[in-house]
Amino acid sequence: MARIIVVTSGKGGVGKTTTSAAIAMGLAKRGHKTAVIDFDVGLRNLDLIMGCERRVVYDFVNVINGEATLNQALIRDKNCNLLYILPASQTRDKDALSQEGVGKILDELKKDFKYIVCDSPAGIEKGAHLAMYFADDAFIVTNPEVSSVRDSDRMLGILSSKSRRAEQNEEPIKEYLLLSRYSPDRVKLGEMLSVDDVQEILSLHLLGVIPESKSVLNASNSGTPVILDEKSDAGQAYADIVARYLGEDKPHRFIDEKKGLFGKFFGSK
Amino acid sequence: MSTDSQQKTKHSPVLEFKSSTFSVPVLVLASNDVMTIEQQLQDKVNLAPEFFKNSPLVFDLQELNKHDLDIDVAELTKIIRKLGLLPIGIRGGGAQQNQQALKLGIPVHSGHTVAASSETQKQQAPEPEPEPKSQTVAATTTMITHPVRSGQRIYASGDLIILAQVSAGAEILAEGNIHVYGSLRGRALAGVQGNTEARIFCSDLQAELISIAGNYKVSEDLNGVVLNQHVQIYLQNHTLVIKDM
Repeated sequence: MARIIVVTSGKGGVGKTTTSAAIAMGLAKRGHKTAVIDFDVGLRNLDLIMGCERRVVYDFVNVINGEATLNQALIRDKNCNLLYILPASQTRDKDALSQEGVGKILDELKKDFKYIVCDSPAGIEKGAHLAMYFADDAFIVTNPEVSSVRDSDRMLGILSSKSRRAEQNEEPIKEYLLLSRYSPDRVKLGEMLSVDDVQEILSLHLLGVIPESKSVLNASNSGTPVILDEKSDAGQAYADIVARYLGEDKPHRFIDEKKGLFGKFFGSK
Repeated sequence: MSTDSQQKTKHSPVLEFKSSTFSVPVLVLASNDVMTIEQQLQDKVNLAPEFFKNSPLVFDLQELNKHDLDIDVAELTKIIRKLGLLPIGIRGGGAQQNQQALKLGIPVHSGHTVAASSETQKQQAPEPEPEPKSQTVAATTTMITHPVRSGQRIYASGDLIILAQVSAGAEILAEGNIHVYGSLRGRALAGVQGNTEARIFCSDLQAELISIAGNYKVSEDLNGVVLNQHVQIYLQNHTLVIKDM
């Protein structure tokens, strides 16, 4: 049975698109046929992060409007042939999406794909609402600072009351916490909320911590999901997250401070 | 070892009866006009559809029987079920009404029944009329077991019990008392219809605002002594008193 995962946060700039790209690539690399959909109509970014911006012909809105078939719009990833991207339209806005249209596309994708990752736009308006409405699982991406945490809390409230599962009184959406841009050094200095602080506020299952890392920016600029950079800490963190999501037991590696001087010289970068 | 345990299971009882107390909302009826009841009940349900969904319910006919107003129990049950509530008992019904309820598979609760002695009760106790009023407030209890998230709002027409946390930016309101057994970080307003006897109980006070019958304090007014403490909050001479528990 296909599962629909929404990557959401409420707040912007916390790493939803980076996470969507990494998670989708991670699932596909492990042999699951995966589609990743950009719901940020009008502010399309996912294609850049995935490095397929020059191959976009048709988009999400074209398919909803019946101007193209799903197969015409889906772009196969150049690094992994089990991964497909459905880009957003850059020339339209969120009103171009309809619940009925989105539902139809997801139903069609479900027949063929194992995982469908929905990259939610920021905010709690129509785009974000439609991205989460049909979800089975939710990845809540949060930065360790108060406003991001509060927005995530708000999003969790919406997930538990306004999703399809909530409206039809089904088993609720499974919620997972992803703490991104985490820096143990700054937590120690008291400049950042710790994992425990965030978990106390949100009381949510922690799927993984993604450390603040230069590799994320490099990956975005080069258009390759950071999970493919196996040497980077952020890439490893995402690989762990995918493994944990698939049921493996992996210890959390990036919560505590990096190794000391010795580790800095000899450890991976 | 294994035979031993097998024997044990053979002789040890596989069931036992235990006594438990539950909080169940009680629907106290003051009119036998079925149409009006349905209308008003629907309005109540609309206020908080999530919380009334599949909620158990006991209906109380004492008030009606006091005034010799008869009501068709079958019709009433139908309405309650139609609105998504699950009737699990009748209270204060007459002998015939109880019979009718039992036929519908609804247990009869004694508690304070008027049954056959409605006549004598009327004569004996003309005084405690206003009492049932305050009882109705306490009788309906709303129980929430999941976290109340930022931006969510919960209204209870009686007492409100929350077994999880209340996040910053969330708002809980009750006409009766409020109990919060997780961290209270949002806004909590008890006695919103003016009940000055209402209280707030919480196991970890970090609220943005607390209010009883319109008398409020914001987070800034809460001094460090009561923060993060197990407290009760009540009204004394129009002033909120926050006390350690």
